[in-house]
Amino acid sequence: MKITEQEVRHVAALAHLELSGDELKRMTHDLDEILAHMDKLRELDTEAVAPMAQVLFPGAENSTLREDEPREPLSHEDAMANAPAAGAGHFKVPRVIER
Amino acid sequence: MSTAAPRLATPEELELYEPVIGLEVHVQLGTRTKIFCGCPNEFGAAPNTNVCPVCLGMPGALPVLNRAAVELGIRAALALHCEVRRRSVFARKNYFYPDLPKGYQISQYDQPLAEHGWVEIQTPAGPKRIGVHRLHLEDDAGKSSHEGYRDSDRFSYVDLNRTGSPLAEIVSEPDLRSPDEAYEYLTELKLAMQFAGVSNCDMEKGNLRCDANVSVRRRGAAEFGTKVEIKNLNSFRFLRQALYFEIARQVALVESGGRVVQETRLYDPNLDETFSMRSKEEAHDYRYFPEPDLLPLEVGEAWLESIRSSMPAMPAELRRRFVSDYGLREYDAQVLTASRELADYFEGVVHACGDARAAANWVTGDLAALLNAQSLDIALCPVPPERLGELITLVQKGELTGKLAKEILPKMFESREGARAIMEREGLRALSDTGELERIIDQVIAANPKQLEQYRGGKTSVMQFFVGQVMKATRGQANPAAVSELLRRKL
Repeated sequence: MKITEQEVRHVAALAHLELSGDELKRMTHDLDEILAHMDKLRELDTEAVAPMAQVLFPGAENSTLREDEPREPLSHEDAMANAPAAGAGHFKVPRVIER
Repeated sequence: MSTAAPRLATPEELELYEPVIGLEVHVQLGTRTKIFCGCPNEFGAAPNTNVCPVCLGMPGALPVLNRAAVELGIRAALALHCEVRRRSVFARKNYFYPDLPKGYQISQYDQPLAEHGWVEIQTPAGPKRIGVHRLHLEDDAGKSSHEGYRDSDRFSYVDLNRTGSPLAEIVSEPDLRSPDEAYEYLTELKLAMQFAGVSNCDMEKGNLRCDANVSVRRRGAAEFGTKVEIKNLNSFRFLRQALYFEIARQVALVESGGRVVQETRLYDPNLDETFSMRSKEEAHDYRYFPEPDLLPLEVGEAWLESIRSSMPAMPAELRRRFVSDYGLREYDAQVLTASRELADYFEGVVHACGDARAAANWVTGDLAALLNAQSLDIALCPVPPERLGELITLVQKGELTGKLAKEILPKMFESREGARAIMEREGLRALSDTGELERIIDQVIAANPKQLEQYRGGKTSVMQFFVGQVMKATRGQANPAAVSELLRRKL
């Protein structure tokens, strides 16, 4: 086994996901297969390949940077359109306890 | 409980225990737009009006890095003597909070923008270098309000205008050994950021925010004690107070046989105490991974050099120069480097008159008093440095006495005119014509026969009386030294 149910439970908790007993078993099984496949990929010799974290192709140095020019933001109405609850121009969320 | 802890650690306790402090400072970079989108980076707009799909964390929206944010980050790094990495990498820091709509912060993890810098602070034992461990770029979160609304008992209110503002996080080495050193470090760091044009560092607007890591250990121990993180030290006063409190709490805990727990605590300035927020282990499982939507950042030699060549002198370097080249006192050098504008102004005056000490006296004396009286910043001073320099030159050349110059400066301040225009209009100038001065002195002597007799009878202190009378008769236009000299000859 590449991953235990306990680890899956921990990762699910960090992601704020609640898994039923069945889901937990299925997730553990699926993730285990994915990790086993990763092990298969790891058999490739990548000695001469630089690690990359994305599939974007770099152009000239920092050609992807943006100039510091303001753009029109969304209208306030559009910004709030999906808010389940709003008030005083703010998004309203269930009270967050800080302490 | 914390209520049993003394307010301050006693000197005896501090002889036994040594505090070890490191600061994490967030500096909001003074760009026009946010770090990953073109929304305005400004304070005080109506809630949720400077937002777009990128900073709202809408699915599919992609970040594009702001060149100016990188440049200001590099300026910050250079101001703190850091090495800027040729290549740095953005990473996702995953956690949930309502003011973080993406569900992750885009930060930098194992390959930050810059490392290995230092800040020099003054301590009673002399100058000390505090190491800067790293400086990295990241986006800011929004602002949650938990109080002040009708239904605040059930809801928190979230404004996402600040979400995506560019931040540089600056992490010090655990080199600080007292709350005062921490205070000095933050002061120096703030000044460096202002001089380098990185940020206004206005703490009331949240431009500068500070967290502290604090532990105590027996003096002489090689290992650090367990550290506690204190959040929300958002003023210089709070920083010092919270550290004093926390050190006392930890010392009392250890002295009574207890153990410091690694945790995050929040400082409450009203109660002057720190409170436990959450235990660290679980909350800090951030699952960092490289940001797939941003390429690694490349800072080539040419770019770095062009930024380096545009850096101004830093305050510590200016202070040294003011003392060694200009012969100023340490104290005046300190005062004159309180801001880049003030230092620039002072150098402008020196350039115009060539007399640094006189320039320092005028800028820290009469000019500062005039500015203070109107609560004006030096940047808005109605007397440009060239004109103050001219006023000083007029005194040097003997065209004005010091006393006259002191009368003229407020008028320059009021009318925004040069010294000469005021001198001409009001007929003010030093009496350099000795013939006329002698005539006035003769008149004064003739008008005061009693004092003359006293003086000749050996009461030399009457000299001051005569000088005063002559100055009065000349409306302060005579040079007091010349008056004394002439009087001594005539009496």
